[in-house]
Amino acid sequence: MTFLSVSNVHHTYFSSKTATEALSDINLTIDQGEFVSFIGPSGCGKTTLLSILAGLFPPTAGKVQIEEQDIMKNADLSIGYMLQQDYLFPWKTIEENVTLGLKLLNNNREASNELASKLLKDVGLPPVEKKYPRELSGGMRQRVALARTLAVDPKILLLDEPFSALDYQSKLKLEDLVHKLMKEYGKTAVLVTHDIGEAIAMSDRIFLFSARPGRLYQTFEVPEELRRLTPFEARAHSSYSSLFQIIWKELEGLEHQQTS
Amino acid sequence: MNINKLHEEYKANIRKEKRWVRFYQLLILVSFFVLWEVASSLRWIDQLIFSAPSKIGQLFVEKIADNSLIYHTSYTLFETVLGFILGTLVGTILAAILWWSPFLSKVLDPYLVVLNSMPKVALGPILIVALGPGMSSIITMGALISVIISTIVIYTAFRTVDSNYLKVLQTFRASRSQMFKEAILPASFPTIISTLKVNVGLAWVGVIVGEFLVSSQGLGYLIIYGFQVFNFNLVLLSLLVIAIFATIMYQVVELLEKKLIKSE
Repeated sequence: MTFLSVSNVHHTYFSSKTATEALSDINLTIDQGEFVSFIGPSGCGKTTLLSILAGLFPPTAGKVQIEEQDIMKNADLSIGYMLQQDYLFPWKTIEENVTLGLKLLNNNREASNELASKLLKDVGLPPVEKKYPRELSGGMRQRVALARTLAVDPKILLLDEPFSALDYQSKLKLEDLVHKLMKEYGKTAVLVTHDIGEAIAMSDRIFLFSARPGRLYQTFEVPEELRRLTPFEARAHSSYSSLFQIIWKELEGLEHQQTS
Repeated sequence: MNINKLHEEYKANIRKEKRWVRFYQLLILVSFFVLWEVASSLRWIDQLIFSAPSKIGQLFVEKIADNSLIYHTSYTLFETVLGFILGTLVGTILAAILWWSPFLSKVLDPYLVVLNSMPKVALGPILIVALGPGMSSIITMGALISVIISTIVIYTAFRTVDSNYLKVLQTFRASRSQMFKEAILPASFPTIISTLKVNVGLAWVGVIVGEFLVSSQGLGYLIIYGFQVFNFNLVLLSLLVIAIFATIMYQVVELLEKKLIKSE
């Protein structure tokens, strides 16, 4: 079942001197509960596309629909968006940070706090509700950011390189956690990354974009046997490295085209 | 090796240093007044102009006894506190309006620059004619002197808040006023507090100049009066009182800073 559809999306950034075409004729669909990744060389517009999916700004042309409703027009639609850094509000406690989205939606405070405790447990944190973000490590803070994103029960999760600022060990742990939670909650997720391995280990499908302007270049299906595994286990599987090689070559080819 | 003992020693060292700092601070204060007194009584400096601590002390006792010092001080203090609060509050509100409407802020930009570079005390005569020679024109002066610079500084702080915080709020479908309340304002508290600190000084300038012009009540009036009758004891006494209360106000702002800014 198609959950999200992007049709004929173009996007151009304007400044007084230049008009930069960031996305050109993007068409893709994502199914309910699917985990997909966007990869590509820098300047391929993957973050632009993610921002459009998040409804941060409308595309210059084209349509983005979730469950057959235009995302810009649907004010009730909740979208989870995780950035490279956690962007927890330093003057709020962990609990206040996690319940921020609920507060903005006018939810009952006690119920929100209860949910926050449950979510913090789900993302593998000890009780840190009353602490401030500065008292937590980078990996823990990103877990809190994940809990904050999940608190509003979003229809779709958009992940903009959320693991790239972490140390390698925290990154692997968080990949497993996010993968597990997405499957448990049955959420649809889009991951933007520059790490081919991460894309293979986590996703069901991978969209490769070419740059200047950003176009959808190729789509890869991740083999069934990898999808069933956790990201950590998938990295050790034999089909992992063969897919890695294929995508690596394509990406190399794209970058070569650009420089020549 | 005993960690507890070392920790105690460390704390004792800190306390010791603190005591020495206090001691030297007090030493400077005491020697300043002693030197002043001695220089005055030995005629190293002109007694008529520079007075002497003992004379100021005498005058202080006199003025306390006839209640006039308390009367003038409370008058000035009230004006300053009000001017200070008004200046910062109006400045913050103006900054919020500018943040709300980027178009308006572009339109008003040159006017802010002109108003900021203009010496506000020069408006004094107009204020007095317009609002009458009383408290309201003096308070307005105290507020006016700080309001434009507060607006500019706080507006700049609003604009430099990391836009990713707003992105997070936007994905929660926050309205612009929610964004202001949840991110822009709290993120700018440190800047607002530091403008408060600057405004303490500015409000005193505005109020004292206002009282110079109106010349009916307050410490500014005492200074001008003392100057006109060549009673420099009175001028210096007023100055000392101003110094003390300005310092107290500054300390109150610092206390407020500690309470408000939890994240540091």
